[in-house]
Amino acid sequence: MSDHILTLGGVQEEQPAHDAHATSTGISNEKLAMWVFLGSDCLLFGALISTYLLLRHRSTTGPEHLRVPKDVFDIPFTSVSSFVLLMSSLTMALAVGAIHRGDIRRCRAFLATTALLGATFIGGQVYEFTAFKREGLGFTTNLFGSAFYTLTGFHGAHVSIGIMFLLSLFVMSLRGNLGPDKAETVEIFGLYWHFVDIVWILIFTIVYLIP
Amino acid sequence: MAIVERPATPALQLPPGAAVAERPLGVFTRPTATTGWRSWLTTVDHKRIGIMYGAAALFFFFMGGVEALMIRVQLTAPDSKLYSADLYNQIFTMHGVTMIFLVVMPMGAAFMNYLMPLQIGARDVAFPRLNAFSFWTFLFGGIFLNTSWFLGGGANGGWFAYAPNTSVTFSPGHGMDFYALGLQITGIASLVGAINLIVTVLNMRAPGMTLMKMPVFTWMAFVTQLLLVFAIPVISVALVLLTLDRTFDANFFNTAAGADALLWEHLFWIFGHPEVYILILPAFGVVSEIIPVFSRKPIFGYPFMVFSGIAIGFMGWGVWAHHMFASGMGPISVAAFSMSTMFIAVPTGVKILNWLATMWGGRITFSTPMLFAIGLVTMFTIGGLSGVTHAVAPADTQQTDTYYIVAHFHYVIFGGALFAFLGGFYFWWPKVFGWILNDKVGKWQFWLTLIGFNLTFGPMHILGLQGMPRRQHSYKEGYGFELWNHVATVGAFIIALAFLVFAYNIIASWRAHKANPVNPGPDPWDSRSLEWMLPSPTPAHNFDEVPTVSHLDEFWHRKYAEDETGKVVRVATSEEAAQKGDATNVHLPSPSYWPLVLAAALPLIGYGLIFSPAFAVVGGITVLLAAYGWGLEPADDPEAHHAHAAHDEHDEHGDGDDGPGDDDGDDSPEPKDDDDGEVVAASVKESSDDE
Amino acid sequence: MSTDLQTHLGSPFEPHHETHEHAHPSDKLYIVTALILAVITAAEVATYFIEGFGDLNTGAQIAILFPMMIAKFVVVCGWFMHLKYDNPIFRRIFVFGLVLAVCVYMVALTSLHLFGDAA
Repeated sequence: MSDHILTLGGVQEEQPAHDAHATSTGISNEKLAMWVFLGSDCLLFGALISTYLLLRHRSTTGPEHLRVPKDVFDIPFTSVSSFVLLMSSLTMALAVGAIHRGDIRRCRAFLATTALLGATFIGGQVYEFTAFKREGLGFTTNLFGSAFYTLTGFHGAHVSIGIMFLLSLFVMSLRGNLGPDKAETVEIFGLYWHFVDIVWILIFTIVYLIP
Repeated sequence: MAIVERPATPALQLPPGAAVAERPLGVFTRPTATTGWRSWLTTVDHKRIGIMYGAAALFFFFMGGVEALMIRVQLTAPDSKLYSADLYNQIFTMHGVTMIFLVVMPMGAAFMNYLMPLQIGARDVAFPRLNAFSFWTFLFGGIFLNTSWFLGGGANGGWFAYAPNTSVTFSPGHGMDFYALGLQITGIASLVGAINLIVTVLNMRAPGMTLMKMPVFTWMAFVTQLLLVFAIPVISVALVLLTLDRTFDANFFNTAAGADALLWEHLFWIFGHPEVYILILPAFGVVSEIIPVFSRKPIFGYPFMVFSGIAIGFMGWGVWAHHMFASGMGPISVAAFSMSTMFIAVPTGVKILNWLATMWGGRITFSTPMLFAIGLVTMFTIGGLSGVTHAVAPADTQQTDTYYIVAHFHYVIFGGALFAFLGGFYFWWPKVFGWILNDKVGKWQFWLTLIGFNLTFGPMHILGLQGMPRRQHSYKEGYGFELWNHVATVGAFIIALAFLVFAYNIIASWRAHKANPVNPGPDPWDSRSLEWMLPSPTPAHNFDEVPTVSHLDEFWHRKYAEDETGKVVRVATSEEAAQKGDATNVHLPSPSYWPLVLAAALPLIGYGLIFSPAFAVVGGITVLLAAYGWGLEPADDPEAHHAHAAHDEHDEHGDGDDGPGDDDGDDSPEPKDDDDGEVVAASVKESSDDE
Repeated sequence: MSTDLQTHLGSPFEPHHETHEHAHPSDKLYIVTALILAVITAAEVATYFIEGFGDLNTGAQIAILFPMMIAKFVVVCGWFMHLKYDNPIFRRIFVFGLVLAVCVYMVALTSLHLFGDAA
């Protein structure tokens, strides 16, 4: 029994799926680790959001017409982006559901869709940022620019890392390496993806809708 | 391939499409060495990692100590012109950064990594490779930070690095970039390590080991990890903002652009205050192990010790702005944080009283570990009392930025954490290495340390109240600072002498052991917790069989019981109650290169951000490749032979069979390996005997 | 004294199946959840188009938008991330981090005088 304690759940060929018996709490090490990490990520994004809130209206440099969020944001566009990301959470959940049922093909399809939706979101961000930049709001232009791009940039980086992981899972499944024993891996990644979505739920309201 | 030939039991039938072990990216084969220097580079054994943390901490302590002596030499006399103001700034900044991030934190990590799995009855931590990664990342981050000395100058903005002072305008040169990036790297190490140890404590306790049966040390380590996991992200953001300002011209701390000069201070101290509890809680844990053993009494008020530790963990989040009383943040903030700071003395007071109550009525032996532990109790109390005076905001306005503060934090960090860790070295040395440090020499070290320490930092209370400011490269004649500065410098060199005695003791005791090897046995101190149930040095596989725990101080209860009259009587000798350490073929997590490779890539990115983007690109690619290599590598090498030990719980038929990977059901013992009796249990195939 | 903690953290090594009595949610449940989220999002976005919403003071805007934001947050956590049905440890750790972040940063922002002046 002791080696089960040490092996990563869902990655070992010896470890059947859901072998959570070996731990004191009955839950898997990896899942617990992910939740602990997500708890710590709250502090990270909290700091970035707070910094943004503090600084967004205090710019004293840069073009006069680009000092505050209201001048710059395109809410309809961002709303579509937000909706896209929200739907990617749905497809992620469906991917997890599929692999729990042993339906690898469906899981693969949903993983790909999630990655696609995530990429669409990132594409939207890139488009949005280049539009702002063209208007004159760069990273170094003023406080608002620095704070805004840093916050959304961090979030975008989290999404991008997620997309890379999704693509890795997709490739693994094409090679036959993503079986039902890996259901927990997909589930744990799903937690990360939903968290990234949650952060956007916060950012969309706090940053965009309440300028 | 080995896997196909293993007789698979039904539970092991691979479902279609399940992973088959692959060579990671076809580049490196899995390392298999268990001895030699290469085995240390690829080890994932928590004990070796703990030893490496300890060695690194002592190495950095030497550097920080030299920096301290340089400060003291400069300040012995007024108007000293030994160093320029800028060089002095670098010296005191690097002294602080080194001592906090590269000495006390890793020293705590050394004890926590080595002991925690043993104290909960586990074979290793939850994620052994991640553990190795934490160590290497810390080490490379610390080295990276110190290369600043050769690459343009050390960080010079104080260990707290207040921005905007540390922005490019006021801190040109690369020193602060090394600071920001170096601490970012070590921060990753701490964060990842914290996640690892939290999962370990929650998930990997031996049967019967409920949370309230864990030793106090493990509890304090657990609270420390929880503090780390939530505090590190905050300083990470602060450091990112600083790096963005310095390297990419952002405006976060550009007051001319409208920035708030206090943003950095808040972010830093939201991390910084929990940080000081991160420094001290493991030390409190160490002392809570030592005092009961050398008083021959259980810890007084175990639940209070646990809950006061938890309380410190909670309340530590509510006091950070007491570092900012003189910052101009306004009277309401000052008043609020002044009050919260007064409250936080309470749980620590509970601990002090409990340690005293443990000693009261005990049969005390004043061995070196006990002396250092008592040292913490007394010295930390002094530091805590001056701390209480800081809580009174009007008084603090006088004290802040003076040597009174310097006195306070050295009493709690040096007199507290370091004293405890020194005691911990003496206490656990036999367990870790299989030989004892000479106690007589240890006592010399203790008294020299105590005297030197008090001579150095005691007078600083006076100097501070007389008005000597901190962080100034020299002071003028005529203020009356000369006498106590002289005394402090003498004290500092006595401390240095004490550490030379420590080094001497290590070498001399080792030599004595080599000349006349006498194993101290599993339990030289007649101790209480599970790590003492194992042979010294601890076997690679930790426990022969995972113990079932029914008491707090489980090992003690295996040696002692109460007779009919309620008297405590010995029922087993240490040797009888301890495990033999001779289990063979116990499955251990396999070594790996990837943690080392991934860790090495991080400073590359750092150099890239400071000097040339090419480094960063190489570093980034290496990170990606290493991450994939690591991810695709199975946690345990399936080509490592790993039949189960005879008594393993998995063994349903009692014939040493039934474990996964038991490819021949053969329980024949592997030969014992090393010449100093170290049992090598990681039974890795050297010749492929099943191809 | 250990029983309370034991109940939730499990006696070590008892054959303790993961609290998965709640069977894996069906696709239908996920889709319904996503629809709810979409509706709330639509309501949030609608505020942008409502005349006069932007002229309300910040406090009022927050009072209207935050409950929607929090509802979405809770729904994604509870159902997509399965926090409602999983072992309480996950909820505790995550909520602790979340609450800690909110408290600590609210205090810091208050000290930095973000609130009080008309934003």
